[in-house]
Amino acid sequence: MTTDVLIRVEGLEKHFGGRIHALNGVSAEIRKGEVVVVIGPSGSGKSTFLRCLNLLEMPSAGKITFEGVDITDPKVNINLHRQKMGMVFQHFNLFPNMTVLKNMTVAPVTLHKKSREAAEVLAKQLLERVGLADRAGAYPNQLSGGQKQRIAIVRALCMEPDVMLFDEPTSALDPEMVGEVLDVMKQLAREGMTMVVVTHEMGFAREVGDRVIFMDGGRIIEQGTPEQVFEHPENPRLKEFLGKIL
Amino acid sequence: MALQSWWENIKFQFDLNFVQRNRWRFITTGLGNTLLITLLSLMLGVVIGVVIAGVRSTYDKTADSARPTFGRKVLGFFNALCKVYITVLRGTPVVVQLMIICLVIFAWSDNGVALASLAFGLNSGAYVAEIIRGGIMAIDNGQFEAGRSLGFNYLQTMRHVVLPQVIKNVLPSLMNEFIALLKETSVAGYAAVRDLTYGGNTIAGQTYSYFMPLIAVALIYLTLVMFLTWVVGRVERRLRSNDH
Ligand SMILES: Nc1ncnc2c1ncn2[C@@H]1O[C@H](COP(=O)(O)OP(=O)(O)O)[C@@H](O)[C@H]1O
Ligand SMILES: [Mg+2]
Repeated sequence: MTTDVLIRVEGLEKHFGGRIHALNGVSAEIRKGEVVVVIGPSGSGKSTFLRCLNLLEMPSAGKITFEGVDITDPKVNINLHRQKMGMVFQHFNLFPNMTVLKNMTVAPVTLHKKSREAAEVLAKQLLERVGLADRAGAYPNQLSGGQKQRIAIVRALCMEPDVMLFDEPTSALDPEMVGEVLDVMKQLAREGMTMVVVTHEMGFAREVGDRVIFMDGGRIIEQGTPEQVFEHPENPRLKEFLGKIL
Repeated sequence: MALQSWWENIKFQFDLNFVQRNRWRFITTGLGNTLLITLLSLMLGVVIGVVIAGVRSTYDKTADSARPTFGRKVLGFFNALCKVYITVLRGTPVVVQLMIICLVIFAWSDNGVALASLAFGLNSGAYVAEIIRGGIMAIDNGQFEAGRSLGFNYLQTMRHVVLPQVIKNVLPSLMNEFIALLKETSVAGYAAVRDLTYGGNTIAGQTYSYFMPLIAVALIYLTLVMFLTWVVGRVERRLRSNDH
């Protein structure tokens, strides 16, 4: 793990319709190769924080620097930077009208990152790695939830991103399928991928998290190593939260 | 005896209304015009509908993330314009729109088929726009977000991710619009456009017998509508069978 900062967030605020303050001044750094796990109660702003990182939500205030570029600058072409930021959603969001292989290759091919052949080679390698090589020709509705999420992960990886953002990737899954998705994420972490993961899987946070961020009320209340956050929490709200879920 | 004279009468009526003076030609010419008007106005309607639906849904879809730039204001202006268009065209009877176009705006022109196609096309555009916009809005927002998160810009997301799904969803509705349009064009005669209904009416005016010409006209509409409905059913089944 190097100490280069990949994403720097300064004073991030997000308001919805003026009245809902989802984020109230969040500052954080994501370093290269780091696995950051974001935890917190429902409605605390975790998703909004994550979605601001690739500007899926436009911040109301604050600054986000990705690979040295201020991406909140209106003159920046955000599409180019999003190509370097993979995102995995709670509900997979696979394209239902495309095969698994097409799901994975449509972006790299259309955005001229790769020839069709090269994209398919990479896609098949990735499918192999997540144990779904035989599903390349399947359509999303022919897959189980766990398979869909693994495909969603490798679809994002096909763009060869520098960071992967996960928003509760296992929350929509039947319990018996959670493990297969977490395994893929652990493997990815071992390979040195920078990851920001919103999750309620505390086992995952402890095992692969380099840092845990606890959010509440649109703020980062406490952060530290999994050891610090889980074994020696300081803030009463964090203690209360951990008491409820552990 | 009664039966025989009834049959004789039918034969006589048929001969009078369709055979004599080649009156069947009013029917065939009218049918040709009806089909042409329907086809042209659907084409115009789809073009208008796609443009309006594009403006309206782009404006709505980008509401949260858009910066209040000049481009956004221009889009807002066109969005408002589209809303007015839809309100007016759907809020007034198509036959009134037809007469305004044929008898007021283009009173100098006697190309009835073209003017009727324009009138029905403009009207249909308002309905098609709402069909397509509904189709776009029915696509889960997660599809947009997945597209954008991969690095597609708005238009690329539309083209590669959203529209292929929209087309599949709205194709049956568009075909039903075509069927509705086919029947709607029967008011073209109000502006002296020689469509199928007008043809039947012309014959009746000459022979002073309404039964045969109008029944013939009705049967032709019915046959066309039943055939097209059958086609829509088949297309729907096809779409569902390769539903992924
Ligand atoms: N698109 C939106 N429109 C309005 N309010 C929203 C929207 N997205 C999130 N919020 C609100 O912002 C707050 C934070 O939401 P979120 O980031 O989804 O929390 P979490 O992911 O931690 O559960 C909540 O109060 C939520 O209702
Ligand atoms: Mg959330």
